[in-house]
Amino acid sequence: MMAVAEAIAPPRSNSRRVVRRVFRNPLALTGLAVLAIGVVLAVFANWLAPHDPTQTHLSNAFAPPGTAGYLLGTDDLGRDVLSRIMFGLRASLHVGLLAVAFSLVIGVPLGLIAGYFRTVDALISRFTDLVLAFPFLILAVGLAAIRGASLGNAAIAIGIAQIPGMIRIVRSETLRLKSLDFVAAAIVEGASDAWVLGRHILPNAGSAVIVQATVGIPAAILGEAVLSFLGLGIQPPAPSLGTMLADAQQFASRAPWAAVMPGVAIMLLTLAFNIVGDSLRDALDPKASRR
Amino acid sequence: MRRYLLNRLWQSLVTLVLATIVVFVGVRALPGDPALALAGEDRDPESLRAIRQQYGLDQSWLVQFWQFVSHAARGDLGQSIRTGAPVRSMILSALPVTIELSVLAILIAGVIGVGAGVVAAVRRGGPAEWAANALALLGLSVPHFWLGLMAILYLSVALGLFPASGFVPFFTNPVDNLHHLILPALILGTGLAAVIMRQTRSSMLDALSADYIRTAEAKGLPPKAVIGKHALRNSLIVVVTIVGLQLGALISGAVVTERIFALPGFGKLTVDAVFQRDYPVIQAVVLVTATAYIVINLLVDLLYSVIDPRIRVRGEA
Repeated sequence: MMAVAEAIAPPRSNSRRVVRRVFRNPLALTGLAVLAIGVVLAVFANWLAPHDPTQTHLSNAFAPPGTAGYLLGTDDLGRDVLSRIMFGLRASLHVGLLAVAFSLVIGVPLGLIAGYFRTVDALISRFTDLVLAFPFLILAVGLAAIRGASLGNAAIAIGIAQIPGMIRIVRSETLRLKSLDFVAAAIVEGASDAWVLGRHILPNAGSAVIVQATVGIPAAILGEAVLSFLGLGIQPPAPSLGTMLADAQQFASRAPWAAVMPGVAIMLLTLAFNIVGDSLRDALDPKASRR
Repeated sequence: MRRYLLNRLWQSLVTLVLATIVVFVGVRALPGDPALALAGEDRDPESLRAIRQQYGLDQSWLVQFWQFVSHAARGDLGQSIRTGAPVRSMILSALPVTIELSVLAILIAGVIGVGAGVVAAVRRGGPAEWAANALALLGLSVPHFWLGLMAILYLSVALGLFPASGFVPFFTNPVDNLHHLILPALILGTGLAAVIMRQTRSSMLDALSADYIRTAEAKGLPPKAVIGKHALRNSLIVVVTIVGLQLGALISGAVVTERIFALPGFGKLTVDAVFQRDYPVIQAVVLVTATAYIVINLLVDLLYSVIDPRIRVRGEA
């Protein structure tokens, strides 16, 4: 079965070669290392954090970085900034992954359908236009007004905002692959639509989806920070890097470290994701090597 | 070309109608009875009925939707539950601040982004390209509201270079107005500048290896003329495209920037409305944003097809 289609299908990006390329790039390695540290700090925050992130020690308020027991200092309530950053990283990664998963689950099937069945293409395109007409923050504002402010609702708002991008990527990949000989051969050989989509198109569109997802995670992390900063995300006293910045804004001249550190943490995390995403895209795309 | 225009116009209209329906349904999904909210302390059934009648809440959804649309089309967006002021005048007084902030941010981002992108493409492999790339990566990764906080903390409070917050209308004092807006606009423009830089660099690299550029060089045109002429046209397309694509991010960014610098703009109106549960204002703000987004994107697309004739052909496909 499907002999011709299988024989002339283009070789998929060799995952071992891609990994080797990424690992040979020192910048990408640095990004991966920073990412690994961030993930470990977030996942094992319960054990690694020196203090309870919500425990207040009013006698230790505004301790500068380097004070014994408080490596990065404390905030206005004497809470340990380092411990709060660790738990904040957890909230950031949580929302980042949840939002991107949301956009994958809805965006990939819709993109495949829009690219493959031209009859529903216009319908799905109007849907993406509609979602785009509500900028992410406006969407989040509406959602917070209807469902209340929470980490989950923030993730949903960010995820919805990322769906159009995912649909567009998958749709254009599907359109491109559909016009190639091996897919045409599979159709001629009598393969069902589901088979063609699942066996031929989806795996070959995979690398574009992976790149889009790696770009989506840092965007979602920044989005979570913004929403929490505005009070539309995670609710206090639970720590998030965004709420830490919102709190620190009020006493920033007195304790600048409380305003500087969480921002540096967000920046390092998103920077690491963006570097890894960039080098992954370069490694997956043969054309990119000339740039 | 005409077919493309009509098609594009039709698409925008459909999206606009859908967006209006989403806003209408969304407001009805809000928790709580609007009549109760409007009645305030006075909650006897008689006055509740009067309110329902006055605001048409006793009508069917279809009638209510029609009233909502026809009122909105006439510019009547209702009244704030909190202040009783017409929502229309609240929006009209907030919009100029946001528009000026965004236009300034786009200008700054365009100049920085195109400049850095051209340098990175022309000086390939040198330290200039490396620096431009690093800056773009940083611009994409840094949380802008944090950058705003840092700018206030170090440039405004510590060094006293800029006012930390507040706003002066342009026609009251143009110099003071710019002094208040330049820092927020710079902060809002950083992300946009990074995206424009990357796109400019990549389209310049494409252009520099294209045949027509080689022809121009072979003709003996000085490199500056070649780059200048083709870079300018290309970068215009890039900036227009990116502004269209990043419009949503720009609107979201403006909300946050206004919050940080305490600018009395559209973003502040939005956030305040959510925290005060001022539903008529939320509804109007969402509707106005969606409409503005759709209309500006339509304009960007039309402008785009004027600048780049190839788009018209592709747009029809």
